[in-house]
Amino acid sequence: MMRGSTLVRAALIGTALALALLPARAAEPIRIGELNSYKAQPAFLEPYRKGMELAVNQINAAGGIAGRPLELITRDDGGNPGDAVRVAEELVTREKVDALTGTFLSHVGLAVAGYAAKRQVFFLAAEPLTDKITWSDGNRYTFRLRASTYMQVAMLMPEAAAAKRKRWAIVYPNYEYGQSAAATFKKLLSAAQPDVEFVAEQATPLGKLDAGPVVQAIADAKPDAVFNVLFGPDLAKFVREANTRAALEGVFVVSLLSGEPEYLDPLKAEAPVGWVVTGYPWYDIVLPAHKAFLDAYQGAYGEPPRLGSVVGYATIRSLAAGFTKASAAGGIDAERMIAAFKGLEVTGPFGPFIYRASDHQATMGAFVGTTAVKHGMGVMTGARYVDGASVLPSDAEVKALRPAAD
Amino acid sequence: MSFEAFAADWPLVPALAFQAINGFASASTLFLVAAGLSIIFGVTRIVNMAHGSFYMLGLYVAVTLAPLVPGPLGYWGAVLAAALVMGLLGALVEITVLRRIYRAPELYQLLATFALLLVINDAALYFWGPEDILGPRAPGLTGSVALLGRRLPEYDILLALIGPIVLTVLHIVLTRTRFGRLIRAATQDREMVAVLGINEALLFTAVFALGAAIAGFGGALQMAREPANLLIDLGVLGDAFVVVVVGGMGSIRGAYLAAVLVAQVKALCTALGIIEIAGISFNMSKLTLVAEFLVMAVVLILRPHGLFGRPIPPAHHRGSVEAPLRPLTTTGKFSFIVIILGLAALPFLGAAFSYAPVLALDVLIAALFAASLHFLMGPGGLASFGHAASFGLGAYGTAFAATSLGLDTITAFAFGIAVAALGAALLGSVAVRLEGVYFAMLTLAFAQIVWSVVYQWEDVTGGSNGLFGLWPDPPFDSRTGLYLAALAVTVAGVMLLRYLAFSPFGYGLRAARDSAMRAEASGIPVARLRWLAFIVAGTLGGAAGGLFAFAKGSISPEAISVGRSIDGLVMVLLGGVQSLAGPLLGAGTLTVLQDTVMRETDYWRALLGGLILLVVFAFPGGIAGGLALLARRGAGR
Repeated sequence: MMRGSTLVRAALIGTALALALLPARAAEPIRIGELNSYKAQPAFLEPYRKGMELAVNQINAAGGIAGRPLELITRDDGGNPGDAVRVAEELVTREKVDALTGTFLSHVGLAVAGYAAKRQVFFLAAEPLTDKITWSDGNRYTFRLRASTYMQVAMLMPEAAAAKRKRWAIVYPNYEYGQSAAATFKKLLSAAQPDVEFVAEQATPLGKLDAGPVVQAIADAKPDAVFNVLFGPDLAKFVREANTRAALEGVFVVSLLSGEPEYLDPLKAEAPVGWVVTGYPWYDIVLPAHKAFLDAYQGAYGEPPRLGSVVGYATIRSLAAGFTKASAAGGIDAERMIAAFKGLEVTGPFGPFIYRASDHQATMGAFVGTTAVKHGMGVMTGARYVDGASVLPSDAEVKALRPAAD
Repeated sequence: MSFEAFAADWPLVPALAFQAINGFASASTLFLVAAGLSIIFGVTRIVNMAHGSFYMLGLYVAVTLAPLVPGPLGYWGAVLAAALVMGLLGALVEITVLRRIYRAPELYQLLATFALLLVINDAALYFWGPEDILGPRAPGLTGSVALLGRRLPEYDILLALIGPIVLTVLHIVLTRTRFGRLIRAATQDREMVAVLGINEALLFTAVFALGAAIAGFGGALQMAREPANLLIDLGVLGDAFVVVVVGGMGSIRGAYLAAVLVAQVKALCTALGIIEIAGISFNMSKLTLVAEFLVMAVVLILRPHGLFGRPIPPAHHRGSVEAPLRPLTTTGKFSFIVIILGLAALPFLGAAFSYAPVLALDVLIAALFAASLHFLMGPGGLASFGHAASFGLGAYGTAFAATSLGLDTITAFAFGIAVAALGAALLGSVAVRLEGVYFAMLTLAFAQIVWSVVYQWEDVTGGSNGLFGLWPDPPFDSRTGLYLAALAVTVAGVMLLRYLAFSPFGYGLRAARDSAMRAEASGIPVARLRWLAFIVAGTLGGAAGGLFAFAKGSISPEAISVGRSIDGLVMVLLGGVQSLAGPLLGAGTLTVLQDTVMRETDYWRALLGGLILLVVFAFPGGIAGGLALLARRGAGR
C-alpha cells in the first residue's frame, strides 16, 4: 500500500514537474540578431535602439509571438563590412539567432546581405538606402525596410517638376548614395521636364566639405534651382556658407533627407527656409498609429522620437509580423520567413505598409514638406505622407532591375 | 575696359581669382592644425596621432563656452579658453602618458597617441552626446563684402589673415626668444641640448602644450563654420600630416606654404567643376577627395624632404640597441608546431566552439597582414603607413578575377597576389628612395591615391560599395575548408618571411637598417634590397587581402583605408617590432580584443585605447618584448 502510494505520488510529482517544464520549453525565446554601426553613427542609432527596445517590450508584454518572447541581441558592426560579416557569423554560430537585422551603411548592408544569402539566413536590412540591396544585388534572403534612395528622390519629383526651373545645380557627397541620388534625380527630372539644364555638379568628400569654394562654384553657375544630397555636418556647413554669401537667394532648393530631425535639429534657428525636403515631422503627424507610437515613446524615454526611432520600431514590428505569419505556417526557419515576408502586412508608426514580393522592398513611405523656422528650431511645414508604393516601379520593371534573385 | 565687360568676356578669370581668395581661408585652417603637429614632431619626434583630437576638442569646448556669455566677449573668450584648455590637456598628456615611454623604441609613442585618439573620441561622445553641435557665428563678422561681383564672408577674411599672423608670431617666438631657440636647438640635436643642462622634460612638456594649444585654437575658430562632431579628429589628422610633410617636417613656414598649396589646388578643382577633355567630360570636383595626397606624392617624389625640410638627424636616444634576431630554438620550433596543430584542430572541437574558427580566420588574415608589414618595419626598418594598399590590391585583384573575369578560386587568388606584387614593385621603386617619416608619408599618400581610384571607379571596383558575391568554390566554400586553406597560406607566408629574415637577403636588409652607409660600403645594394623587401611585403600583404575577400564574400574600399594601415601598425607595435613572433601576437591580441570589447561595452573604443596604453606602459617593447623580459627574469638572468 505504502509502496503503491509512493509510486502514485512520484508519478504525480513527475507529471507536475513535466507540466512545469513544458511551458518553459514552449517559451524558448525567438532570438533576433541585430548588428549596426552604433559607434560610427550614434546620432541616428541611439534613437533607433530605443525604438527597437520599445517594440520588443510592447510585444513581450502582450504575450510574445505564439507564446514565445522576443529576445533582441544587438552588436556593433564596427562600421565596416569585414567586421560586420564576422559579427553576423558570431550571431549565427554562437548566439544561434533566428534572423539577422540592422545595418546602416550601404556597403555594410550589402556585405551582410551577401553573407545572409551564402549562409541561408533571413536578413531584414533596416536602414541602408542603396538601391542595389533590393535591385541589382538583391537576393532571396534579404528584405529591406527603409525607403530607398530611388524612392526618396522620386518622392520629391512632383515638387521639383512643378517649380518649372530650367537651370539646376546638384551638390552631393561623393559616394554611392550621393552618386545614385544625383543620377536618379537627373534621369527623373529630365523625363518630366525635357528642357531642363544641369549647370553645375559638385561631388564633395563625405564629411569633409570645403563649403566656401563649393557654395561659390554653385553660385557662379547661376542656377535657379539646386538639388542637395548633403547631410550631417556637411549640410550645416553648406547652409551657413550659403547664408553668409547670400548664394541661394531666390533659388529653389530640393533636398534629400534634410527634414529628418537628426539633420535639421542641429541647425536650430539657422535651418534653411523654403526648401522642399523629405523627412519626419513628428510634431505634425495626425495618423492614429503615429499618435500611439509617439505617446508610448515619449512615455518610455521622456524625449521626442527621431526618424531612427521609427526605423528601429518598425524593424521589430516587421520581424514580429513575419515570425507570427511564419509560425502559423509551421516554423520560423529562413525559408518560411521568406515566404512570410512576401506580401507581409505590417502596421508601423506611419500606418500600414507591405513588403513587396517582387523586390523585397517595404512600402513604408516618408513625409515631404517645406522647411521653416519656428521657435528657433527648423521644422517641416505642410508635410504630406507619400506612400512608398506610389513611387516604386511596377513589378514588371523590377524584374529587369533584379537579375540575380527570385 | 570695365570690369563688367572683362568679366563677361572671361567669366572664368574672376571666378578663379575669387576661389583663390577663398583658398586662403581654408589654408589658415589647415595651417593651424599642421603647425602644432610640426613643432611637436620637430622636437619630440612623436608622430602625434591624437593631434586631430585636440583640434576636435577645441571646437567642442568653444561651442560649449561661447553661448555662456553673449556678444563678442563670449565668442572670442571661448576661442581663447579653448586654446588654453587644450594647452593644459596637452601638458597633462605629455606628463602622464608620453613621458613614461620616451625610452621605448621609436613609434611606440605613435601607438600611445593612437590609444589617446580612441579614448578622447569616446570621452567626447560621453560628455557631448552623439548629435552635432553648431556653435554661434562670430558677432560682428556675420556679413560679407562685395568683391569681383561676388560676396566674400568677413569671417573668411579674418581667417585668411589669422594664418599669416600666427605664422609671424611663431616665427618671432622661434627666432627671438630663449624658448624658441631651445626648440630650434632641440629640433636639430636633442642630445646636445640635454648635455648643455637644459631641462629636456620641461621643454618637451611646453612644446607639447604649445602644439595642442594651437590645434585647439584652430578648432575653436571653426565654430563659425562647422558643427562640432565626432568625425573631425580623424578627418583633419590626414590633412595635417600632408601639410606637415609637404612643407618639410619641423618647418613652420613650410607648413604654411604647403597649406596654401593644398587649399589652392582644392579650390581650383572645385571651381573648374565639369570640364571636357577631348570630348570626355570629367567632374574635377571629384578630385577633391584625394587632391591633398596627390600634391604630397608629387612633392615627395620631386623633393624627398618636403619643400623646406632637411634630412632628419637620427634620434640617438633609442632605449637600447636592438638585439639581433635569433633563429628559433628547438623548444621554439616545437611550440610553433603545437600551435599550428592546435589551430588546425579548432573546427573539429564541436558546437560549443562553433565561433572559434570564425574568429580564428580573422586572426590568421590579420597575422599574415601584420607579419608582412613587420618584414618591412622590423628587418627593413621602413615603417609603411600605407600597407593597406597591398592588402587592398590583393583583395580587389582577387575579387575582380573571381567575379568579373569568372576565374576559379585558386587562379583568382593567384591573380590577386600578382596584382599586389606588381603594385608593390611599382610604388616601391619610388618609395624606397625615401627614409623614415617621409617614407611613411609617401606610402600613406600612395595608399590614399589607390583608395580614391578604387572608391570612384564604379565599373571595375564597384565604387564605394565594393564588389559582392565572391564566395570561393568547393572545397573552400565551407567554413572549415576556407579556414584550413587560410591556415595553410598563413603558415606558408610566415615561414617564408622567417626563411628570408635569416637568408643573406635578410641579413643584408638588417645591415642596411642599422647602418645604411656601412652596408653600402660593404657592397650591399641597399636600395635594391629595400625594393625587394617592399615587394615581398606587398605580395604577402596582398595574399592576406585575397584571403580576406573570400572570407567575407565581399570587398569594399575600407580594405585600403587609412584605418587598415593603422591597424597593421598597431598590431606590429603591440606585438613587438623587435621580434618575428611580435606581429603574430599583436594580430591575435588586437583582433580578439576588438571582437570582445565590441560586445562588452558601448564605449569599446575607449576600452581598447585604455588596454593598448596599459600594454605600452607595461611592455614598452610590445608583448613579445615583455614576454622575453619575463622569460629572462624567470631564468634568473
